[in-house]
Amino acid sequence: MTDLTRLTAAELAEKIHSREVTSAQVTRAHLDRIAQVDGRVHAFLHVDTEGALAAAEAVDAELDKGAAPASPLAGVPLALKDVFVTKDVPTTCGSKMLEGWLPPYDSTVAARLRAAGVVILGKTNMDEFAMGSSTENSAYGPTRNPWDPDRIPGGSGGGSSASLAAFEAPLAIGTDTGGSIRQPGAVTGTVGAKPTYGGVSRYGLIAFSSSLDQGGPCARTVLDAALLHEAIAGHDPADATSIEAPVPRVVEAARAGAKGDLSGTRVGVVREFAGEGYQSGVSAAFDAAVEQLRALGAEVVEVSCPHFQYALAAYYLIAPSEASSNLARFDAMRYGLRTGDDGGASAEQVMAATREAGFGPEVKRRIMLGTFALSSGYYDAYYGQAQKVRTLIARDFAAAYEQVDVLVSPTTPTTAFKIGERVDDPMAMYLADLCTIPANLAGTAALSVPCGLSPDDGLPVGLQIMAPALADERMYRVGAAYESATEPLINRVPELGGEQ
Amino acid sequence: MTDEELDTFAGQLDQILSSVASVGEVAAADVPPTSHAVPLTNVFREDAPREGLSQQQALSGAPAAEQGRFRVPRILGEEQ
Repeated sequence: MTDLTRLTAAELAEKIHSREVTSAQVTRAHLDRIAQVDGRVHAFLHVDTEGALAAAEAVDAELDKGAAPASPLAGVPLALKDVFVTKDVPTTCGSKMLEGWLPPYDSTVAARLRAAGVVILGKTNMDEFAMGSSTENSAYGPTRNPWDPDRIPGGSGGGSSASLAAFEAPLAIGTDTGGSIRQPGAVTGTVGAKPTYGGVSRYGLIAFSSSLDQGGPCARTVLDAALLHEAIAGHDPADATSIEAPVPRVVEAARAGAKGDLSGTRVGVVREFAGEGYQSGVSAAFDAAVEQLRALGAEVVEVSCPHFQYALAAYYLIAPSEASSNLARFDAMRYGLRTGDDGGASAEQVMAATREAGFGPEVKRRIMLGTFALSSGYYDAYYGQAQKVRTLIARDFAAAYEQVDVLVSPTTPTTAFKIGERVDDPMAMYLADLCTIPANLAGTAALSVPCGLSPDDGLPVGLQIMAPALADERMYRVGAAYESATEPLINRVPELGGEQ
Repeated sequence: MTDEELDTFAGQLDQILSSVASVGEVAAADVPPTSHAVPLTNVFREDAPREGLSQQQALSGAPAAEQGRFRVPRILGEEQ
């Protein structure tokens, strides 16, 4: 029998809906795979075996009655980043602060997945409160990259992307504040999309930087990502920043793109995203991808976005500022960790003791940085100035999209680095998000698709395709076209040690 | 924070701050700030009544609860 864990979500859905296999069989195959390999990958913080099988059996029961599938992905399993609140299923956000917490409600994303008949296998590992680029900041230990267990799987959504590359799940959900879907996608040879800001509801997404956070799909193919995108996207009255506009037709775009014809499409290469700091193998893979786009008929031009070089600095003022405010809610009173409550200590002392014990180093660094950037006397020079730079970055995008349909760059300047390599050097860690941050600051859409292995170290490289706000379909069309012309990278993931 | 953490963070924060200070190089005196990528004001939704959390659910994650309420450490000082 076919190994069900090797199929795409679209293939699995087809087999489940035609009753060739049951959702329970598919779900069991993935749970078995998790049991077999996750000790080496550590993609999951919690595996919900019982909940997943019950959800799968419910889908099967409906289909057996002859009902139409609840959605195109009904019955397909998925791994959910632990930043999304799930009713009665542990949600930690990678932090000791929320260890053992059972949320009393579902995030909109989780509720939409359940309504679509998608089977949630469990919750994936992440950098604490989504702050990081390597998943090493998780309070529960790092996730390992299936391509090389000594290397990082990216972050903050390293668990989600690693679960795809390890064939533990065909679909996953991530969140992208500065690149946390796209960078893990790039370094694990998988696909990840950051929808237009406001495209996917943030209700029940534990807030890091509210003006930047955006949930989105992770998958092994562009079509699968598009199917998942449509399952979770759309206006939500519970999120005041959710956009009241039709969901971009990304599935149709992915199917059209897969025909491999990009004639008439104008592609802009961002001049600022090259040169010093870029690994030569990454540049080589990227240049080859651009040539491939040209071969598919795209018209390729170079575009300058002069303020992108300040995006990283602006981001590391804006995101920590918002985080310092958002994380004030962890006050040890209504839910989450409480320490030092000995009967004599005051509320303030308990709060301080709890936050000292509950937050890891990166979270503390960002709270201090953000508090400083917002403090009177420094506000104008730091936070205020960063907001102005944000305006200039959005203007750079607007000017570029007058000339081209999509922009492209490498997703990350380097391939996956070694676990431990950048842990003590925060600035080096931050550089991993150099190319992904501008799209967050401007609220526009961006996708990372695998673009081969770096010739210098044999590790996956990501091609970033960016599109204007609410034109997400463009990046899916170009991404699917590129994918159709290349060998699927994912088939080259080495078997995880100790098997066969 | 522990003293050890303070020592580590002081150096790191100094390095990060001197790096992000580069935003100051940009001439932006007459540029309006952007606080949010999507300019939205006064977003309304239907004022539809719906079930909230029950008292039991609301207290389910509480570090300490008593008589159906959150129990918190003292909030007033000795002399107050």
